[in-house]
Amino acid sequence: MSLSITYNSVAFQNPLVLASGILGVTGNSLKNVAENGAGGVTTKSIWLEEHKGHPNPTMIGDKHFFLNAVGVPHGGIEKAYEEVATYMAWKNEMDGRAPLIGNIIANTAENFGKTAEALMKCEVLPDLLEVNISCPNVEDEFGKPFACDLDQASRVTEIVKKATQGKIPIIVKLSPNVDDIVSIAKGVEDAGADGLCCFNTFGPGMAIDIETAQPILANKVGGVSGPGLKPLVVKKVYDVYKAVKIPIIGTGSVISGRDAIELMMAGATLIGMGTAVYYRGADVFAKVAKEMEDWCVENDVKDLSEIVGLAHRM
Amino acid sequence: MGCGGGGNCCKNKKKAEWKPLPQLMGRANDIPRTVKILDIKQENPSVKTFTLDISVGGRPGQFVNLWIPRVNEKPFSIAFDDGRTLQLSIAKVGPFTELLFEKKVGDKVGIRGPYGKVFMFGEEERVAVVGGGYGAAPLYFTAAHVIALGGTVEFFMGARSKDHLLFTERVEALEGANLHVATDDGSVGFEGYNATLLADLLKDGLKLDRILTVGPELMMKAVSNIALEYDIPCQLSVERYMKCGFGVCGQCVIDDSGMTTCMNGPVMDHKLARKHSEFGKYHRDSMGRKKDW
Repeated sequence: MSLSITYNSVAFQNPLVLASGILGVTGNSLKNVAENGAGGVTTKSIWLEEHKGHPNPTMIGDKHFFLNAVGVPHGGIEKAYEEVATYMAWKNEMDGRAPLIGNIIANTAENFGKTAEALMKCEVLPDLLEVNISCPNVEDEFGKPFACDLDQASRVTEIVKKATQGKIPIIVKLSPNVDDIVSIAKGVEDAGADGLCCFNTFGPGMAIDIETAQPILANKVGGVSGPGLKPLVVKKVYDVYKAVKIPIIGTGSVISGRDAIELMMAGATLIGMGTAVYYRGADVFAKVAKEMEDWCVENDVKDLSEIVGLAHRM
Repeated sequence: MGCGGGGNCCKNKKKAEWKPLPQLMGRANDIPRTVKILDIKQENPSVKTFTLDISVGGRPGQFVNLWIPRVNEKPFSIAFDDGRTLQLSIAKVGPFTELLFEKKVGDKVGIRGPYGKVFMFGEEERVAVVGGGYGAAPLYFTAAHVIALGGTVEFFMGARSKDHLLFTERVEALEGANLHVATDDGSVGFEGYNATLLADLLKDGLKLDRILTVGPELMMKAVSNIALEYDIPCQLSVERYMKCGFGVCGQCVIDDSGMTTCMNGPVMDHKLARKHSEFGKYHRDSMGRKKDW
């Protein structure tokens, strides 16, 4: 049984994609994730210039939730060239297995354009470009994420689309922390996005140490993720799928094959996983792929694209 | 007939077998817990041992993350865990440890862990532990476990000078351990590197079942070279910039495998370490940039 699926004309061996921010510091790290069964991988968010993250603790979790505020540290575009080249060289050797999604971030709409333009100078381009306008962990530095405002989200999309000159498809990563996700998703689609990533982390949230009455994350607040968010993610992906024509990467709460199938039925074509690595280890991709495969065989599903958005058609 | 949305597949569906949901990983408890400092001991001019009111069930080679609320959190190797208390021997090297050194008995710090792989050894083995600088602390813990399993320990301790030696009295008091001291300046013991001292004793006929080493990477590489020459199994502790400690943030990955050293290390077989092109050459900072050793 093949789990292969196509997203924006890019072929994936399975729909499970490493989400941005997890295990994405080096090209070799991404390669290691692909070797652990991921259908595709996403880089850590790339800044044009070096960017320091937050002090620790930056990630905490227990069986109920996961909270992170790493603060998007990155070595800048020159480092990105090196890591993308490392990964793409390996991918080439592997006959194109596990496409690479380059993820960019910036502090202004104009700088998003500059970063996208700079990334287009990679010797070998990533297969897709993801635009992170939804990080909830840098609000102190840059204010509310662009993804929380229809006009700003659309403007960044337009600028990045122009900067990439159609060389690779662009995916806009949305925030779930908005009143009207449908209008923002539509706005971004109208502005030229080729795909959507739904979603970045929820919240932000906070955890307090009750012995010292201190917030635990050094940034005090951080994005919430983990399996408990599944009903929220499924509902929002369901709503977005109904409203747009561009394909969706459903990211958030998936830790099992059944979770992945459920989110695909809500409307996701690809499934992003990050926190799942915490709950089930670095080989979670292979484990979830196997679970999906078993389910598909049991349920006589021959082609995964059949179940994308199935909940809307039943 | 596939599931095309027409509902056909559901008619053909085999009787579903009940399957348990996938097991989550065992730990899933990675939030720092604040505990009291029970005791603080000045070990040498730059190192203090903090005894904390918690046992994390830590084993030799593992580390914990120590959190100072509102400041930062850093990984430290476990200097001892006796099932009731946890000891961390920490050198004052920067702003974080400077603040830690101002802490008094009764103050609270946060702990999560233990993280990472442990040193592996069998019963009744002749083990050399080779510690450079602060590496002596986790190796004392290791030596105590080796001896508890009926083994003997040749303890090689290297430091810049007499003032930088750590745990010499404790090791001397450890029955079954034999202390060998090397200092760069010759202020005490052998003048030169502990790896040289180890090589000399092997040349003189010292027999070993295993070598375990913790210290600066270039020192560990020298020890590894000796282990290869004498064909002695060897494990070492690869230290990289770590944030989460549980294999998610990806800050501590090494080239070329790209695996995390918090989960696949810090302790690893020296042959595995040597397969990595960056071993003995460079590491990465908090932004992932390469830094030569």
